[in-house]
Amino acid sequence: MTLKTLWHRLGSPRWFYQISRPWIYVLGILALVLLVTGTVWGLVFAPMDYQQHDSFRIMYVHVPAAMVAQSAYIVMGFAGVLLLVWRMKLADMVLATVVPFGMSMTLLALVTGAVWGKPTWGAWWVWDARTTSMLVLLFLYFGLYALRQAIARPEAAARACAVLAVVGMINIPIIKYSVNFALTLHQKASFTLTEAPSMPPEMWLPLALNVLGIYCLFGANLLSRLRLEILRRERGTQWVRDLVLSGSA
Amino acid sequence: MGMIAAPTATSAPRLFWSQFQRELVSVVRSKEEALNPLLFLFLAISLFALGAGGDPEVLQNIAPAIIWVLVLLANMMSLEGLFRRDYEDGTLEQLILLAQPGFVPVLAKIAAQWCVSGLAMTLLAPIAGLILFLPSTVLPTLMITLLLGTPALSLLGAVGAALTVGLRRGGVLLAILVLPLYVPVLIFGSSAVIQHMDGIGTQAQIYWLMAITMISITLAPFLVHAALKISVEQ
Amino acid sequence: MSEFLLTTTELSCERDGRLLFSDLHITLSAGECLQVMGPNGSGKSTLLRCVAGLFPDFDGSVEAEPALYLGHKLGISLLLSVEENLRWYQGLAGQASPVTEVLERVGMAGYERVVCQRLSAGQQRRVGLARLLICNSPLWLLDEPLTALDEAGHELVTGLITDHLASGGGAFCATHQPLSVPQAGTLELDMSH
Repeated sequence: MTLKTLWHRLGSPRWFYQISRPWIYVLGILALVLLVTGTVWGLVFAPMDYQQHDSFRIMYVHVPAAMVAQSAYIVMGFAGVLLLVWRMKLADMVLATVVPFGMSMTLLALVTGAVWGKPTWGAWWVWDARTTSMLVLLFLYFGLYALRQAIARPEAAARACAVLAVVGMINIPIIKYSVNFALTLHQKASFTLTEAPSMPPEMWLPLALNVLGIYCLFGANLLSRLRLEILRRERGTQWVRDLVLSGSA
Repeated sequence: MGMIAAPTATSAPRLFWSQFQRELVSVVRSKEEALNPLLFLFLAISLFALGAGGDPEVLQNIAPAIIWVLVLLANMMSLEGLFRRDYEDGTLEQLILLAQPGFVPVLAKIAAQWCVSGLAMTLLAPIAGLILFLPSTVLPTLMITLLLGTPALSLLGAVGAALTVGLRRGGVLLAILVLPLYVPVLIFGSSAVIQHMDGIGTQAQIYWLMAITMISITLAPFLVHAALKISVEQ
Repeated sequence: MSEFLLTTTELSCERDGRLLFSDLHITLSAGECLQVMGPNGSGKSTLLRCVAGLFPDFDGSVEAEPALYLGHKLGISLLLSVEENLRWYQGLAGQASPVTEVLERVGMAGYERVVCQRLSAGQQRRVGLARLLICNSPLWLLDEPLTALDEAGHELVTGLITDHLASGGGAFCATHQPLSVPQAGTLELDMSH
């Protein structure tokens, strides 16, 4: 299938509904396997860190959560552009469904960050670059959530959230730079995508597994919620009626 | 009366000035709307001074943060009224329907709002600085950062104002939407003044503020226009 | 360039879970006036807003010439004077007639410098109507144009529309009571959907 036909097909919620079903199982099972392996390996079996001993293990939850929290917002930013410029119906629904997942991941990252920070830096919270940008990301998610709740019509709410998501997405790099500029107090070593990990494979492999796993979880969650939203939005159409009546939804 | 032709389009600069003029006339006719945020600014600064017991050392250290944060909040108060009146009397939907290109009058509105908030606060900043015992050598930095940063505040804030104009209790929602976006401007502006007090150069912050404002001027008008179209649907 | 000022094809719209209208095929030619009638809540205003381009969530298609829309809201700023308001419209959409002439036509001659806040509701409506003459537009979309107007105001509206039709324009109006425009077609929207 060429890119062009894919583009056209994506404009049809019905087509998406039909092809997405197997993917939920694939991604769901992958997520389960990867996350269980990664978490158990990381929390129980990986070697202890030289400086931080066992407290660093929270990293196996914190880092994937933080990464997917940021990616989720970027997904929404792009969905926003697709909605505003090309009026793609599916993008409309993506905006409706990603916010809860993204927000919970951000909260998870913040909480696990605090749990990690207490033994490492001696404080539950510090205003350093990474924690602050995660906090601002949480506020950006709150904004999207609040805006959606405030607008009655779902189509208008999605479009409004699209505008906000685009503005937020453009701002995120700027926010990160500004916070890095002003608040780099702690040069704590951690996992970055661009640097070669300074950890031995026994330590970063479970991390990589968890990162992959959480993205699979994101995908599975997104697809299943999206399918629900499609059914809800398209409930007036014939194919949905047939589907529900035949009991195979 | 012969055959009716389609509406003639006005040139963009004339469209801008026509709208800008209209905004300034409106401001003059309802002065309280423009003055209240400025009064709030000075009232709040006084509260901080009193809360800190008028201690010059304490106030001097936190003055940049106080002034910048209150500028953010006062600007936001001023933004609430940016589109509300026009939304209620129906001129906003006429603007959306008739203006070609749509973002030009929007930019004019934002520019006028900046004049009565950001620009005004920049000019009044020395007074705020003096009340909080900022050394006078630092005042130019304060004014420059405000001058360069407040346009971005008006532009970004206008997106939030446009999204919330039709909503009840839009004021609180506006704060939630807009304050996270204000964080970079706050950080660069405030740290520039603080660093100047410590004798460190502040070129980086100045460039960043200019860059943020440039990006905002380029992107915000279209986003504001899109947001207004959505709000007008209600 | 279509021969019609307004064409809708299979226009349907759902709002708040209620189907307002469906499968509407409307054409409006030059010199025609179509009035949309129906009880409150039957979707007249929504139909007009769909046609105007203010409400985008409908199925079907709308093709319309550039139009002037008069909605429920006044469309004039109460802080500005009558003249300033009309000049703003001139700045937006060009000028067809001078301000003084227009004001005379709508019965507000001499009120140029008056701030609109000081006018009565009916007078404000008349100023709102004035913009139909200030800006050139083949298609008029009028939502309840008789609101807040007295007998003389009703005659004014009818007169404006009739003159507009005579010079080749078209009018699409939503209204409670029938307009006394000769040969106006009627479209009934009811709540039976």
